[in-house]
Amino acid sequence: MTDRASITSEPGVGAPAADGRDPAVRIVDLVKEFPGGVRALGGLTFDVPRGELTSIIGPSGCGKTTTLKIIGGLVDATSGRVDVDGVPVTGPGPDRAFVFQDFALMPWATVLRNVAFGLELRGLPREEREDIARAYVDKVGLSGFEDSYPHQLSGGMRQRVGLARALAVDADILLMDEPFASVDEQIRRQFQDDLLRLLSDENKTVIFVTHSIEEAVYVSDQVVLLTRGPSSVSKVVRPGVDRSGSSDEIRRDPAYLDWVEQIWHELRGYLER
Amino acid sequence: MAASAGIRAGRTPARRVAAGVSSPWVLRGASVLFVLGLWEWAGRVPVNIAFPTCTETLAAFGEMLVDGTFAEAYAETAGPLIVGVLLTAAGGVFAGLVMGLSPRAEWLGLPVFIVLQASPSAAIVPLITFIYGIGFTAKVFAVVLLSAPVIVLNSYRGIANTPRSLLEMSNAFLASRWQRIWKVVIPAGSGLIFAGLRLGLAQGFTGAVLAELIITPTGVGDLITFYRSGADYPKMFAAILSIILVASVSVTLLQNLERRLFRPEMRAI
Repeated sequence: MTDRASITSEPGVGAPAADGRDPAVRIVDLVKEFPGGVRALGGLTFDVPRGELTSIIGPSGCGKTTTLKIIGGLVDATSGRVDVDGVPVTGPGPDRAFVFQDFALMPWATVLRNVAFGLELRGLPREEREDIARAYVDKVGLSGFEDSYPHQLSGGMRQRVGLARALAVDADILLMDEPFASVDEQIRRQFQDDLLRLLSDENKTVIFVTHSIEEAVYVSDQVVLLTRGPSSVSKVVRPGVDRSGSSDEIRRDPAYLDWVEQIWHELRGYLER
Repeated sequence: MAASAGIRAGRTPARRVAAGVSSPWVLRGASVLFVLGLWEWAGRVPVNIAFPTCTETLAAFGEMLVDGTFAEAYAETAGPLIVGVLLTAAGGVFAGLVMGLSPRAEWLGLPVFIVLQASPSAAIVPLITFIYGIGFTAKVFAVVLLSAPVIVLNSYRGIANTPRSLLEMSNAFLASRWQRIWKVVIPAGSGLIFAGLRLGLAQGFTGAVLAELIITPTGVGDLITFYRSGADYPKMFAAILSIILVASVSVTLLQNLERRLFRPEMRAI
């Protein structure tokens, strides 16, 4: 994670894992057909390097979320394979944690119980799981809201709860489904910085679905571009934006803006087709 | 609220009125007084010789309360009512739960309760006597017959409509089948389940009184029949009023119990 700034490579399909290790997740020829014959995924293949943040981006309806749910084991693929640490995925597992677009918080439970829910389901004693949950509530910046209920929080705060819940189960892989889609723009930028800061000392592999090109370039080590359904991988790029400056400096950095432009051109190709 | 209203009251009468109107209790009290006033007026016109005034009815109510008529009657009505409502609550919520979780049970059971809900229950009550006679069992059955459909159907709806995203979440965080039911499906449905229980309790009162009017005159139903036959309309209306009061109070108590036990987030509002 710390050396992400130094990684720079040309756009290319199937870029090798950054450090030569096995990828954390390998997706091979993934096909998904919905009942009624609608083909959402038409054979996706890409690798997700360990300890990095990989974004999946593409036009709406291209199956980004479906791909993420298949990786999470929440949806079955029609054919093809997802390997996590070399083992094929057959369902949800303790090695993967999910952050949902609509937060999926339990309205009847406090922030603390929501954050601790994954641990509660694993049968951890109350005191132990609440200690862990409290630490993550603090990390996502919600100290003092432990006993609040979701309806008392803003959208941005609710997603922080969702993020804390996913971090609390300490899975190696974090699957984030458009986590900032329901959050307004100012909060979104703040949230992106917080996410990068949080991840820098967690050493997680993150797969991040988004429809925002700026967001993808800003947060990612690797961006997977999908074509429209039945989707396939059009490109895998590694922006390698220099993150040594402040958030504002990065967003004005010509290299960053170039990447945004390149990806936009790439995606516009499918929109016009 | 009360304190701030008191401070402001010293300044202008208009403010005092405004502060008073904004308090829910003043509004409620005013609305009750308005309805009672209307009743008194209608009784004095009179709209019908069998329609007593509000004051006559309240006097009769007080008298029956003091001389123990109500206590005796309700002791009798309470038996079938409590047994019936408890049986239906336990069985009905369970049936709704099973129907909400299993498509096969839904296929089998749902039409039965929809038909039962749409059927004129008061017309079925006399048929009960052919099977269960005129005793305690028949009255319990009348209570069950009236309260079951709404309890079962509401529980079923509460369970079947668990938000998809919460089911997906519990799946992603590795909930077992039972954990999913106990920790997600039932709490998510508890609002509708309790709404069903409240409506079921109200229906149960109707069932209990119907049974006492139609099957054998006992308890509160007997009071109504007895005073009607003696043309003592204030007492008859006092008996009806008592049913409304007891039913409303029980339903409100059930609602408070629900908030205390199952809906902590509603207390936080």
